[in-house]
Amino acid sequence: MSGFFKSSIGRKVSMALSAFFLMFFLLQHLAINILSVFSPDTFNEVSHFMGTNPLVQFALQPVLIFGVVFHFVMGFILELKNRKARNVSYAKNNGGANSSWMSRNMIYSGVAILAFIILHFIDFWFPEINTKFIQGDWSGLHDGQFRYYHELQEKFVNPIRVAAYVIAFVFLGLHLAHGFTSAFQSMGSNAGRKKTLQTIGKAYSIIIPLGFIIVALYHHLNHNH
Amino acid sequence: MNLTLKIWRQKDASSKGQMVDYKVTEISEHMSFLEMMDVLNEQLVNSGEEPVAFDHDCREGICGMCSMYINGEAHGPDRGVTTCQLHMRMFKDGDTITIEPFRAAAFPVLKDLVVDRSSFDRIQHAGGYISVNTSGNTQDANSIPISKHAADEAMDAATCIGCGACVATCKNSSAMLFVGAKVSQYALLPQGQVEAADRVRNMVAQMDLEGFGNCTNTGACEVECPKGISLDNIARMNRELMKASI
Repeated sequence: MSGFFKSSIGRKVSMALSAFFLMFFLLQHLAINILSVFSPDTFNEVSHFMGTNPLVQFALQPVLIFGVVFHFVMGFILELKNRKARNVSYAKNNGGANSSWMSRNMIYSGVAILAFIILHFIDFWFPEINTKFIQGDWSGLHDGQFRYYHELQEKFVNPIRVAAYVIAFVFLGLHLAHGFTSAFQSMGSNAGRKKTLQTIGKAYSIIIPLGFIIVALYHHLNHNH
Repeated sequence: MNLTLKIWRQKDASSKGQMVDYKVTEISEHMSFLEMMDVLNEQLVNSGEEPVAFDHDCREGICGMCSMYINGEAHGPDRGVTTCQLHMRMFKDGDTITIEPFRAAAFPVLKDLVVDRSSFDRIQHAGGYISVNTSGNTQDANSIPISKHAADEAMDAATCIGCGACVATCKNSSAMLFVGAKVSQYALLPQGQVEAADRVRNMVAQMDLEGFGNCTNTGACEVECPKGISLDNIARMNRELMKASI
């Protein structure tokens, strides 16, 4: 089995498996974000649960970090190998004649998402880790109230940050537009090439980024009122 | 038709090549692309220049010998045809046509537009066969029941002529459409079952060893394949390797 994951197909399968995991995570992340629009109190409670539950913090979180890092590292390794596989490039190449822009530029949409994740970690994840693991404050409280909703609002005051988030989500949409169905093909399923899953894939790659964009814009506009 | 051709010229495998411009005149739109190349070569020979080397054999679209990357596409802009079946009516008078060899580290250029595709042969040798006792007691293949659907799919996969357009087209120079077709044509039939696990393992291992890239499911190979080999064959190969590895 270890030989399998060293083969070109095994690596492709491992990219697909990590992609499925990350796509499920995105769905879960968006669901919690949407709560912040409809009910700040519920958002606070769910955020506190996710931030302090031992199973989430010490089992799911490390798996998620591993999944993210793995998907990026393996993506870069495969890209380098693929570039080496063509040592002289074409003088004229008409890629648009036979494939989508999204499918040919997964590495660039991926790099844009990586840049976003670094910004997102600086914005939310590192301060969380600092509060809980360095300062040892697991109460989730600030001035006697849950701090999560307030922190979220504060982050979306700056229009430059909101613009950066929106651009990153557009790249996420482009990445998912190819990635969703591609993952099925890599797993050896023809389903990704059938109409049903292609429609679901299109819907997923539009709804997920659009959801994140709406939440970011909502808090930006709401805070200014 | 009068055309300007930008053609990759390379003296031999170790030389550095370059694009060179040529003019050809009075090309009939009914000519095949290779016939147009013949006209150019006659012109070059008459003027004492070295003719452009290019691969060709049957000129009927079935041998898989011709190649060429024409205006940024393997076998040119037409669909479902090899370069020998590409007609000059696909181009317009006054056009500039860029002609390059198939590019991949696993397909080194030997001279001008001729590339070495023996890496495909080595992949075939690694497992693209079935072992049949031919000592006189071979069972009649027609006595083995095979569903029409499986037979059709196997035949579709077997129409691959191994030209390498999939590799040339793929942005990753991946050979997975070729190997997928070769694995599938046996995996779909009862005769292929006995050696199925070893076949896919060995062919994929050889493919990786030859330095082909990794498939990222762009689907470009399927579009450019002169035989219309489907991406379903790559999915099947992935399944076969998973099955063989568990």
